[in-house]
Amino acid sequence: MGKNVGIVIVSHSPDVAKGAADMVRQMVGAHVPLAWCGGNPAGGLGTSVEAIVKALELAWSDAGVVIMVDMGGAETNSEMAIEMMPEKRRAKIVVCNGPVVEGAVMAATESSSGAALERVRRAAEELYSR
Amino acid sequence: MKAGLVPRSRSCAVLKHAGGLHARPAIKLTQVAKRFESAVWIALAEHGPWIDAKSIARVMATKTPYMATLHFVAEGDDAEEATSALARLVESDFADGNGG
Repeated sequence: MGKNVGIVIVSHSPDVAKGAADMVRQMVGAHVPLAWCGGNPAGGLGTSVEAIVKALELAWSDAGVVIMVDMGGAETNSEMAIEMMPEKRRAKIVVCNGPVVEGAVMAATESSSGAALERVRRAAEELYSR
Repeated sequence: MKAGLVPRSRSCAVLKHAGGLHARPAIKLTQVAKRFESAVWIALAEHGPWIDAKSIARVMATKTPYMATLHFVAEGDDAEEATSALARLVESDFADGNGG
């Protein structure tokens, strides 16, 4: 488990984040460290730095972690969450500019074969770069 | 002759998966292709165009329909294992034991 790149899904909606994570689990399998978070601490739509930090710890892999974000605050809060991680880990975390659902499935497919962080990020962003 | 010839192999199989090559079978196909060192390509016709079988985005974008023939080509030391594993996967309707 420790060798495959982890995936963290961050959406404003906990339902979207959990649904995307379910798709990854069912379609790609259990060989990829995976965590999701969504919603603000008050229970509404939004994202929380604290929840993202927790998700990063859950999905941590020495190969690194990619974060799939939906929009706006999900991205800025993810960047803040990375700042709060131990310095050694920060360089191994990337925020992906890809569609959150399809990107998570594609990143996980790439990761499940043991691909390195940069290749996993490229797989997640491939749909937007064409 | 030892001219550094790269082993090359071909295979094909008919896609009998209801709904064609949608997300789940496309992911399995990519995962199996990635198990091999060889470069592996996939095409819907005998002479291409050839698509990188290890790219999930490209494999899904083929939108291969039900009953289409999938052609595989691999180049590398395990080319033959790769093309036969992929044909077997499609023929068995993606009943691949290892989830990746």
